[in-house]
Amino acid sequence: MNFPVLSIITFTPMVAALLILMMPAQRRNETRAVALAAATFALILSIWVYFSYDQAAAGYQFVEKYSWLPALGISLHFGVDGISTPLVLLTGVVMFTGVLISWGDEDPHVKAGIQDRPREFFAFLFLLAGGVFGVFVSLDLFMLFFFYEIAVFPMYLLIAIWGWVKTREYAAMKLTLYLFIGSVVSLVGALAMYWVSYQNTGVLTFDMLQIEKAGFSQAFQNLWFLPVFFGFAVLGGIWPLHNWSPDGHVAAPTAVSMFHAGVLMKLGAFAALRVGIMLLPEGAKHWSWLIMLFAGIAVVYGAYIAFVQTDMKYMIGFSSVSHMGLVMLGLSTLNQNGLTGAGVQMFSHGIMTALFFAITGMIYDRAHTRQIPELGGMMKIMPFAGIGFIIGGLVSMGMPGFSGFVAEFPIFMGVWETRWLVAVIASISIVITAAYIMLNIRKVFFSELPEQLEGHVGDVTVLDKVAIATLCLLMIGIGLVPGLMVPMVQTGVENILRLLGGA
Amino acid sequence: MDFIATHLLSIILFFPALSALVILFMPKDEAKLYKWFALGASLVPFALTLYAWVNFQAVQAGYQFEEVYPWYTAIGSSLHLGVDGLSLSMVLLTTLLTPLALLASFNISDKVKAYMMLFLFLETGMLGVFMAVDLLIFFVFWEVGLVPMYFLINQWGSANRNYASLKFMIYTMGGSLGLLLAVQLLGVLFKTYDLQFITANWSTYTASIAGIPASTVKTVAFWAFVIAFAVKVPLWPFHTWLPDAHTEAPTAGSMILAGVLLKLGAYGFLRLILPLYPVEAKYFAGALAFLAVAAIVFGAFASYAQTDFKRLVAYSSVNHMGFVVLGIAAAAFAVGTDDARIALNGAILQMFNHGLSAAGMFFLVGVIYERTHTRNLEEFGGLFPLVPVYGGILIFTSMASLGLPGLNGFISEFLVVRGSFGVGVNSVSPVMAIYTAIAMLGLLFTGAYILKGIKKVLHGPMNENWAHGEHKLTEINTREIIVIIPLMVLISWIGLYPAWILDVINKAVVMLF
Repeated sequence: MNFPVLSIITFTPMVAALLILMMPAQRRNETRAVALAAATFALILSIWVYFSYDQAAAGYQFVEKYSWLPALGISLHFGVDGISTPLVLLTGVVMFTGVLISWGDEDPHVKAGIQDRPREFFAFLFLLAGGVFGVFVSLDLFMLFFFYEIAVFPMYLLIAIWGWVKTREYAAMKLTLYLFIGSVVSLVGALAMYWVSYQNTGVLTFDMLQIEKAGFSQAFQNLWFLPVFFGFAVLGGIWPLHNWSPDGHVAAPTAVSMFHAGVLMKLGAFAALRVGIMLLPEGAKHWSWLIMLFAGIAVVYGAYIAFVQTDMKYMIGFSSVSHMGLVMLGLSTLNQNGLTGAGVQMFSHGIMTALFFAITGMIYDRAHTRQIPELGGMMKIMPFAGIGFIIGGLVSMGMPGFSGFVAEFPIFMGVWETRWLVAVIASISIVITAAYIMLNIRKVFFSELPEQLEGHVGDVTVLDKVAIATLCLLMIGIGLVPGLMVPMVQTGVENILRLLGGA
Repeated sequence: MDFIATHLLSIILFFPALSALVILFMPKDEAKLYKWFALGASLVPFALTLYAWVNFQAVQAGYQFEEVYPWYTAIGSSLHLGVDGLSLSMVLLTTLLTPLALLASFNISDKVKAYMMLFLFLETGMLGVFMAVDLLIFFVFWEVGLVPMYFLINQWGSANRNYASLKFMIYTMGGSLGLLLAVQLLGVLFKTYDLQFITANWSTYTASIAGIPASTVKTVAFWAFVIAFAVKVPLWPFHTWLPDAHTEAPTAGSMILAGVLLKLGAYGFLRLILPLYPVEAKYFAGALAFLAVAAIVFGAFASYAQTDFKRLVAYSSVNHMGFVVLGIAAAAFAVGTDDARIALNGAILQMFNHGLSAAGMFFLVGVIYERTHTRNLEEFGGLFPLVPVYGGILIFTSMASLGLPGLNGFISEFLVVRGSFGVGVNSVSPVMAIYTAIAMLGLLFTGAYILKGIKKVLHGPMNENWAHGEHKLTEINTREIIVIIPLMVLISWIGLYPAWILDVINKAVVMLF
């Protein structure tokens, strides 16, 4: 057994959450410092995992297995492959930047970041982060659900307590109900797999590597694929089960929006892939047309709806629906290009949307409005954030040279290989996205500063700038050198293809 | 020195972008430093292009100075650079016009740092298209160039810039959608984006694709390519973004827009459409020629009707680029004949020539606009005595645009017309000859609108407003003369002795088509 890096990554945020809760409430800056230290530590470890993952060997690495409840075949089984390694890194990055932008400014004129009970805020945020890490590294179905619920639950509190006053209770309730119902539906499917796998093999186990080999019948897979996949895909924001998502984004405080759109939605897509497609590959083949149909609609519809929004957060929320639709589109192709693209898009969209929400939050904290028509002239006030938003916008449009292009291009190629008409229709979203992003940039950043905003709107803090720069560099780096991430994702995809082809 | 010789193209390509990054890290508020640094940085690619031009072996077939680096291995795309006679002349045009445009922008006072950076990024974007020997790389640079241009128009443009810049962006991106999808289709079919491989296999591809006959797929893909490039050229009826974008863009932006960006579209026709779709191009040559003639005639009429000096010049681009496409259409109609080669020679030279004269014209419009803050032709008049040097230069450049023998425009338009008329006369169908004849109508009106422009600005009763007082018109200054002189030299050099460049172009044409 090597250095147990994955469990350290997973439990660092949870331990930090406990530590933070034990600190006195008035020691606000110390709380933040502990949070930042824990986030940095997790980030460094996830970077280390990313770069020491052996791409030539592929498969699951950094594997750890501890017996937990042997009677039921549950173990704490961790390991990462080419798909989950980038997502672990993504979580590390979003956690780090999320803490940076929540630090804020105590100056009563600015009052950015989280000033209300930061101790509890960071504790819940880290509980959520620990759950997210846990899902990405779990190889045990039970543990995956366990961490999944841990990741979803703090969202309710984070939104209901620190959210936007107008809609937070409604949005928090809506989000929680949607996600819990989704996960319960998936859980039923997972239990069905558990029992049938026991009947087929005589081994009682939740270990996904074992369940993969259980040899489910075609009829079983056809029956259970839909509940399992869509139960998780709710969190991935799949149309028509997406509408909790924009409401949740809007109501959530900035760092939570970043987590929500940047990481949590990936959790849904990842679990749908990990449990739905990989454990029930024949079912996936049977139903792939339906996922593709829904995903295709999400891509175009999400872009249209984003186009007509006047609230910046709603705009980004619906653009997330559109971009997560691309992830689902890639998954539904079940071929090399599509799956690779989906893997990269999960990372790329996570970074991009975290950046969008971070900057929107910075603007809202200072201007106290997110209404696009009421904003203007931000480029002069916060040039750094403005450039960050433009770069995020270019990624969102799928502009070559940025990570969005690297991700979207193989997705479209994958769709060409299966149902070309969907690729043609989905491509419309590219132009719509360009239109709303450009219009938004023009209005919010370049038009004249409205009178009511003059004077009291200031520049972003240094920590904000560090967060923006980190996110931007990642998107540009992958865009210019796809080799940084694509071969890694491909090794994971090969494993999925093996399951799809060999079953 | 060895390193430079073996990495010549990548240095030319990335030097501007890297310089832009250097500017990013320069201290604040050093406008003068940014300007001179950007100018100096843009001269390096120009010098290296001259070096490439001298060392270029015109008789050798295929791409030269080739470089291949792995880029997106997963989907079979590599950063494959190379130039032949066709692309090298476009690279020369780009690296020549960029320093001139930068010098022309020395009067920019607002956000100089961002301006200079965007301009250098733009140069890299344009050069990448001309150097790409990989379909995906071609597309990457094709799209990347849009972003700096959008911001140049949007940030430094005149009153209606928001509308114009968004229209430019959406038109070009919308036009490229079909190209994007067709490129993806090719990548899926061949598992590689290597242009030479795709060219060799796609033109002869006959197996059905997803149950649809290859000929149908190819026809659709052909039009997808055509529309993407036609928007950029721009061909009637896809041209309506151009007058807006030109009118609103800052002077140097217009120079590059007309001088180089429009050539990207024509280059796409030559580099991709003719080699990839020889059959379809021949079949639809009549339709292309029709659009080209429409651009020539309507462009000329529309130009004549303008009262805004810059819009007049903008529509003249539609008119002149129409000749490029006419030549290409004629060549597609009769590939392999001498007439076709003449037409292609003309088309490519016309690209280069229009680059020189349109950049010059837009610059001269900018010079007078900066002094008078109006582009309305009715508010000028009789300015020749006030600014004799400017007037002389304006007439000279206008004459190049008009196609006066002895200047460059004449050579290329003559070749195009001679080639396409020849195609019409020497082939079974006279349609090209008829189109050429109609295009002459456009040529006549070219004369009319050029003379109208000159008359309204320089001749007639003098508008006293500009003669004295605070509005007194000042003569063109030394910096501006330095910008225009290289263009004038090339205009007359090609006009009097076109062999130096036609030689390179012709050999490329003979080998390619």
